[in-house]
Amino acid sequence: MAEYMDRSKDIGPYVPQADDDRIVCRCEEITKGEIRQAVHMGLWTMTEVKRMLRCGMGLCQGQTCTKNIKRIIATELGVALGQLEEPSVRPPVRPVEVGVFGNEVESL
Amino acid sequence: MVCKAEGARLVKRYDLIVIGAGPAGLSAAIEAAKCGMKVGVFDENARPGGQLFKQIHKFFGSKEHKAKIRGFQIGNELLEEAKELLVDVHLNTVVMGIYEPLRITVNEGDRISSYAADNIVIATGASENMVPYDGWTLPGVIGAGAAQTLMNLHGVLPGKRVLMVGSGNVGLVVSFQLLQAGCQVVAVIDAAPRIGGYGVHAAKVARTGVPFYLSHTIVRAEGDGKVEKVIIAQVDERWNVVPGTEKELEVDTICMAVGLSPMSQLARLAGCWMEDKGGLVPCCDEFGQTSVEGVFAAGDVAGIEEASSAMIGGRIAALGAARRSGFLTDAEVKEKYDHYAQSLDKLRRGMFSHENKGRTDLVQTDEGYPLSMSLLKKGYLDAEEVSQYPGVGTEKRIGIHPVIECTQNIPCNPCQDACHFGCIQVGDEITALPQVVLDSRCTNCGLCVASCSGQAIFLVDETSEPGFATITIPYEFLPLPQSGEKGMALDRSGKPICDAEVVRVKTSPAFDHTALLTMRVPQEMSGQARFFRRRDVVQ
Repeated sequence: MAEYMDRSKDIGPYVPQADDDRIVCRCEEITKGEIRQAVHMGLWTMTEVKRMLRCGMGLCQGQTCTKNIKRIIATELGVALGQLEEPSVRPPVRPVEVGVFGNEVESL
Repeated sequence: MVCKAEGARLVKRYDLIVIGAGPAGLSAAIEAAKCGMKVGVFDENARPGGQLFKQIHKFFGSKEHKAKIRGFQIGNELLEEAKELLVDVHLNTVVMGIYEPLRITVNEGDRISSYAADNIVIATGASENMVPYDGWTLPGVIGAGAAQTLMNLHGVLPGKRVLMVGSGNVGLVVSFQLLQAGCQVVAVIDAAPRIGGYGVHAAKVARTGVPFYLSHTIVRAEGDGKVEKVIIAQVDERWNVVPGTEKELEVDTICMAVGLSPMSQLARLAGCWMEDKGGLVPCCDEFGQTSVEGVFAAGDVAGIEEASSAMIGGRIAALGAARRSGFLTDAEVKEKYDHYAQSLDKLRRGMFSHENKGRTDLVQTDEGYPLSMSLLKKGYLDAEEVSQYPGVGTEKRIGIHPVIECTQNIPCNPCQDACHFGCIQVGDEITALPQVVLDSRCTNCGLCVASCSGQAIFLVDETSEPGFATITIPYEFLPLPQSGEKGMALDRSGKPICDAEVVRVKTSPAFDHTALLTMRVPQEMSGQARFFRRRDVVQ
């Protein structure tokens, strides 16, 4: 499980990398560089990064990219992958059309 | 079904709700229904069966694990059984959430409704991993599972020239299926230094002429609006690309088979304690019960394994639920549990067991035979090392006899059951290497060849005709060659070595779509000729 993270740790400046424009989250079209920059702005967890960038919040709900985004954050912070907490899960765990919510069956 | 007022609402109630109608979920539902439980299964797909209906290969294991039966047939059997037991299967139904106490909310069609249960089995399976590289979003980059869906469910060819990334069982099995569908598999690559899946799966791909590049990764995919070529390169021990080793391959499809991640969101939503086992999975007791009472997990969502073990895991979870709700006495549970636990234990042994997964230091089998490094690195056995295994042997044999090129401890023994004349011995430990018994009477029935899920058994006769030998190979490609047809014999690496003439092609319901092709080759090639290539095929 996620350990306590020392937020005062100096992770150094953001240095652009050759593959920064590579898309990592396909649904929301978020690149590796955007995620790395978010980390350098102080967003150190998957939950924080996704709230700003929406990565992992598209149609696949992070099924494809969460692992890869976490790996980028962990590398940037210089911590092990297991040290990062998982993004929170909440219903609906699969995307549901808004209109459907209006059709909840009240009785049989 | 009992409807019960809960607050202002009527909620449908089951004794057991199963989420996911794959091998684990269906097995759980069947076992629970047999105990007298009222079961509802929910699946988001239009068809039940999970991945089973894409699995057109014969399964491993022993008879009790439905070995040598093809995956989709196992799926049909499970569906039939569930139907007879009056299990409610809700298809096209997305489970959106789990709530206390043991309730689920589902989206069925354009409506949302809730169901309550005394027990829930989460059997949601896993999803495919992806690795980003330059060009990975180009059309033509697909998951191996997607390729299987296209080919085996919809009859659509995923591409013409395919690169397979990943040499685990998924990558190897799908590579073979791509070949069967008529695609050209340009190469199988893996960043690891050893082939991850069963050697027999690799060998049946390699002998058709597919090269394996281990310690290789994708540098980038290129193309104008779609994949047109891919650049691969060797990696060092730290996974860094070795400059100057780049190779360019012309492909239109890149198939990714780089592992699976458990789809455990519902378990986390239910509040289960989780642990990391190459992906987050709920902590479970021996019945698959999570830290939340009444919530069980079975199949890949509880830890990635093969479908055979997922089916047993599902049954064990159902026993736990039946015990909890008083459908079985403790004594009944114990008897059934012991049976299933034993069956599961048999599957979890050998070279590919949990403890041995990813190990690169294994050098010999449980029996002490050296592991073939050629098989682990190139996908095929070297001609010189074949004779050291108990299924092959060094003795010159008179007349027809089986040659079993099975060299790794994998849980499988249908060959032993197939031979009624005692020519093949595996023993009680199903991971043991099969032995060909000396002086036994082979009748050329071919059942062993067809029953071997790894297609590793050949019938060889070096003495029927002076100067020639006949080799009978398992053959699963259409159209079937005709008797008298001339082509090339390929060796284990897929290299053409000599002319070959088809003597006979035998099919039988007992062979279950594995044809037995007998070819005539020069006698000195009897130890090497292991595949037949038709004249009109250009590789």
